Amino acid sequence: MSDVAAGLVQVGILLVALAVVYKPLGDYMARVFTSEKHLAVERGLYKLFRVKPDAEQRWPTYAMGVLGFSFVSIVFLYLLQRLQAFLPLSFGRGAVSPAVAFNTAVSFVTNTNWQSYVPETTMGDTVQMVGLTVQNFLSAAVGLAVAIALVRGFVRRRTDRLGNFWVDLTRGAVRILLPISVVFAIVLIAMGVTQSLKSGVDVTGPGGAQNTIALAPTASQEAIKELGTNGGGIFNANSAHPFENPTAWTDLIEIFLLLVVPVALTRTFGTMVGNRKQGYVLVSVMGGIWAAVLAWVWLAETHPNGPAALLAGANLEGKEQRFGISASSIFATSTTGTSTGAVNSWHDSFSGLGGGGPLLNMLLGEVAPGGVGTGLYGILVVAVIAMFLAGLMVGRTPEYLGKKLGKTEVTTAAISILAMPTVVLLGAGAALLLPDTTSALNNSGAHGLSELLYAYASASNNNGSAFAGITVTSDWFQSSLGVAMLIGRFVPILATLCLAGALAKQKKVPETSGTLPTTGPLFGSMLAGTIILVAALTFIPALALGPFAEGLA
Amino acid sequence: MVKQASAGLRVLLVFTVLLGVIYPLGIWAVSRIPGLQSKAEGSVISVNGQAVGSSLIGIDPVAPDPAHDPYFHTRPSATAKDVLGPGDPSTSAGSNLGGFSDKLLGQIQQRKAAIAQREGVPLDAVPPDAVTASASGIDPTISVAYADLQVARVARNTGLSEDKVKQLVEQNTTGYGIGIPGVNVLELNLAVAGAH
Repeated sequence: MSDVAAGLVQVGILLVALAVVYKPLGDYMARVFTSEKHLAVERGLYKLFRVKPDAEQRWPTYAMGVLGFSFVSIVFLYLLQRLQAFLPLSFGRGAVSPAVAFNTAVSFVTNTNWQSYVPETTMGDTVQMVGLTVQNFLSAAVGLAVAIALVRGFVRRRTDRLGNFWVDLTRGAVRILLPISVVFAIVLIAMGVTQSLKSGVDVTGPGGAQNTIALAPTASQEAIKELGTNGGGIFNANSAHPFENPTAWTDLIEIFLLLVVPVALTRTFGTMVGNRKQGYVLVSVMGGIWAAVLAWVWLAETHPNGPAALLAGANLEGKEQRFGISASSIFATSTTGTSTGAVNSWHDSFSGLGGGGPLLNMLLGEVAPGGVGTGLYGILVVAVIAMFLAGLMVGRTPEYLGKKLGKTEVTTAAISILAMPTVVLLGAGAALLLPDTTSALNNSGAHGLSELLYAYASASNNNGSAFAGITVTSDWFQSSLGVAMLIGRFVPILATLCLAGALAKQKKVPETSGTLPTTGPLFGSMLAGTIILVAALTFIPALALGPFAEGLA
Repeated sequence: MVKQASAGLRVLLVFTVLLGVIYPLGIWAVSRIPGLQSKAEGSVISVNGQAVGSSLIGIDPVAPDPAHDPYFHTRPSATAKDVLGPGDPSTSAGSNLGGFSDKLLGQIQQRKAAIAQREGVPLDAVPPDAVTASASGIDPTISVAYADLQVARVARNTGLSEDKVKQLVEQNTTGYGIGIPGVNVLELNLAVAGAH
């Protein structure tokens, strides 16, 4: 098949697969988070945790659970890396340097999974499994819990209780993420992904050259890396490495895994609020943006304008032969529309406009379809703003899903939305003023600015992909990107939980003829318009100097 | 906060055992099943008991005598020291250079000239994947076009007929399912070596 035909077939299979699991997985997740019953294994876990699973929490307690848990996770992961020299299966890879250990700990706990290290030479198997794999699960489960708490805010009336964070976290990990990961880890091994506890294998190739091929316990991490929209590779080349992603089929499975939970969560949402059309409109907006960005990236990559790509005859620099331009474009769009950040090709080597697609996808707030949980609460927060704007236009008190959107609701939604752009622009702006920044860039001119903008967009959105030519090993980058990840993760979570608390306290406003319906194309257009408007007003100047300038060159 | 953090610590430690030890080692145990084990350990190919490489990893073979080069070559690697040198499979990386990079333009010019000379063809005949570094630096496959370009030279330097070498290229072409057809370089070189 030609590159284009292969891409079209793969998109077709992907959409069919997502459509098939949408209903069963979405409804299953709704049951997981509404069921009164605890599994036997969960009751055992709660005893070990010493938490009472039936005690529901107010939003501040729920939020303190998220923060407290994330804080101890960061400390634990930091110490694990610093003490690597004493751990088994480290293959002589010693203590990780303090700056890298801090950045990596924050990165994996915030679901960013940015890699500023070369895994093959930095991280042993114990840090990978006991440290990083665990956070691949739990950071995703935290996102799920926050999304479910917000949905409960819309569903519940006249209560100050949002559920129990420890129960939501446990159910997300035990009932959703773990079983799916087990199945797909084994499927991936059967298709060639490694699962080895050796550091490498020595080979003597044709011509007599001796080499060591790196090995790793890949499959167990690969499955949750995609399913949990994490993205941190066990190899430096991430999902471009043939041991992480050996064939066109494994590539398609990985793209499916990174989209499936965020997509199906819209069904979970519709089921929980008692009107599935509310979920359909969200998934339509997500799918529309995904399709538009994919078309943009794919078109730009087949029509590069850089002299190097024109001389080569096609923009295959930084792309694998088995994926070509099409599967690389599909992966790039999906990984940045979610908060995954895994890559099967290097976005830095994309054309100006082609690389601008993934960047824009993140700057839109990662809602196409967003990360596990973060995508759903992200788009619901934008929906609150969209309904507020609509209310201003027609002069009515805005409502959404039967809840009035007053001062608290709109303020918390605005804070949640504005955290990311603030950090991106301040971070990238401050970096530009520093004298050492230009030497950290791999490309000059407009493309260099894109590298910098991409770094802060990726960190603040907890994506983790990069225009990877940029060298971020300096203390400034390690610490400022670490702080960007923390703000980009926890400010929206706190604001979202506060919003959930405010919504849960209200009674339900009955629907009248004057209520603006939130299930049709009108609302869908308003929602998409708000997503684009917020990003456009914030980022057009920066985008014009980076990707657009390169695209027009 | 302290109360929640101490609960959080217990939750983290228990889940670390479940998700960080039992889960990955459980998957490792499953991967010991015959049929899965060789894949889990890197799909290593052995010839006469000697591990020669992995069917999933492309390492460019270096001919002892470049004037009589009998090997098919992989795509360029950003992990290599020279623009067309062999990559290092103990790590993995791309160049991350963009289309307007002068450095990349220079590398592509050098690769194009070197390959055209090696194969005795005009510059325009060299396909795009032959002159661009892969994403992993260890791409196991090349395009059918790049394999075809190398057939005449390999046939000449191995004494095999061109038809025979073409047939071996076809036999080692994969990816017909939902992907783009590509030729596995290591398997093809082993097939060529086994044919004469």
